Amino acid sequence: MKHSTIEKNGSILLVLSLLVVTIGGIVEIAPLFYLENTIEKVKGMRPYSPLELMGQNIYKREGCNLCHSQMIRPFKDEVERYGHYSLAAESMYDHPFVWGSKRTGPDLARVGGRYSDEWQREHLIAPRNLVPESVMPGYPFLMQPLKVHDIKAHLIANKTLGVPYTKEQIDNAAVDLVSQANPDSDGAEDVEARYPKALVRDFDGKPETLTEMDALIAYLQVLGTLVDFSTYDAKANLR
Amino acid sequence: MTKRPIDDVTGTETTGHEWDGIRELDTPMPRWWLITFYITIAWSIVYCVLYPAIPLLKTNTQGTLGYSSRGELDKSLQKAREAQTGLRDKIKSGTLASIMADPQLFSFAKAGGKAAFKVNCVQCHGSGAEGSVGNPNLNDDDWLWGGKLEDIHQTIKHGARYEQDDDTRLSDMPAFGKDELLDKNQIEQVADYVLSLSKGKADASSSGAQIFAEQCASCHGKTGTGDRSVGAPPLNDQIWLYGGDKKTVMESIHNSRKAVMPAWAHRLDAETIKQLAIYVHSLGGGEK
Repeated sequence: MKHSTIEKNGSILLVLSLLVVTIGGIVEIAPLFYLENTIEKVKGMRPYSPLELMGQNIYKREGCNLCHSQMIRPFKDEVERYGHYSLAAESMYDHPFVWGSKRTGPDLARVGGRYSDEWQREHLIAPRNLVPESVMPGYPFLMQPLKVHDIKAHLIANKTLGVPYTKEQIDNAAVDLVSQANPDSDGAEDVEARYPKALVRDFDGKPETLTEMDALIAYLQVLGTLVDFSTYDAKANLR
Repeated sequence: MTKRPIDDVTGTETTGHEWDGIRELDTPMPRWWLITFYITIAWSIVYCVLYPAIPLLKTNTQGTLGYSSRGELDKSLQKAREAQTGLRDKIKSGTLASIMADPQLFSFAKAGGKAAFKVNCVQCHGSGAEGSVGNPNLNDDDWLWGGKLEDIHQTIKHGARYEQDDDTRLSDMPAFGKDELLDKNQIEQVADYVLSLSKGKADASSSGAQIFAEQCASCHGKTGTGDRSVGAPPLNDQIWLYGGDKKTVMESIHNSRKAVMPAWAHRLDAETIKQLAIYVHSLGGGEK
């Protein structure tokens, strides 16, 4: 077929352009779904606990990812400031992911455990009380009670997307959600058993109510802490 | 295709279209442009051979150069470490006193401590170490747990009220109001007395003074001089961690304050902690 024939027939041009774009897309995107080296094999990653999941929802609702990335790139300056570079495995249970693409504030991929709960709370309420030069807005309204429509359905939706929640985790979602912020509750130990490394404590200094602050701090405090780097094989995962 | 007419003036082909006597030239691509285009195609093939590129069934081609961005990172970290080995090793093996005695080591430690401070400490202690509410200023000579180099080193290493560390700095001021040790009236009286102490106008005969002597003096000292061995701040000065107005002082007595500083031994290596101690000590308030 002569090139001028393609140029002169709109329908043929459309079909052939589509074909070219499709091939390009398949070659660039499709391999990521089946290649064995896309996501590293690591120990320690687990789905988010119900409270952490709600925290991530608030993180998305408030658009934290617009100013904070969660992606430590493999560069010397970033690794020295933030810690080990991010692994694909660390965001494999995020739907959608919150890598972010702009850093007005610092990267948060390994913020877990870096500050006390009290610091996080005070800083979220009034950032400039702690960091005078900060431009972050205050979020004092996060001290309102956490509204959850149906946490069980939320876990099921995530399971549909490939997050390996067990039946036990889904059935106990509502109890786990409340128990994680109340170390004295009956369900507190179950949360730790079902979600290893989950932090069970009152995060917001207000033990009587489960607030959005509880959820968000529970989420922040677990960020980047799950992967067991003592068993991580860096040589095998060079990319 | 039929032979296309040649334009008389330029000598190039025309497209054969004509609009009111105007004909369209079909000038070929410039030669330099075409050559550049072919070079980029050739380069892409070379690039695919040298670097990781083409997805196969299980993994992608690795390229003949063995490049990986994570591998590059390891190399640059290794290089940075090697550039500092001599001095870092000396800091690792030396004592705080021996580092202080060597001018070159001291300035290296101070610079390294400053960098580490900016990354790890400024969020609470401020970018100029000026502190904020509940987080002490590190520039002055008012220390909660001691301002000698060893004291600062110990505090950084093990933190304060950091439960996961057995050697952490521990103090336990009772929450006088919350635990109902004092009633509201008494708290107000003792707050008044503490404020008068800080202004140097303490009235020893006041009722607040009596409560202070019974409840507070064992840690904060009879005249409010404080006791660093238990982290009790001096109350006879104008430096306040949470604020020196009456409401805030009453709040402190009512609830007690238990700010937490993390133990950095779990996060930073021994050299960095020594560097941090020397940097903080050098800020102005360091004691001999």
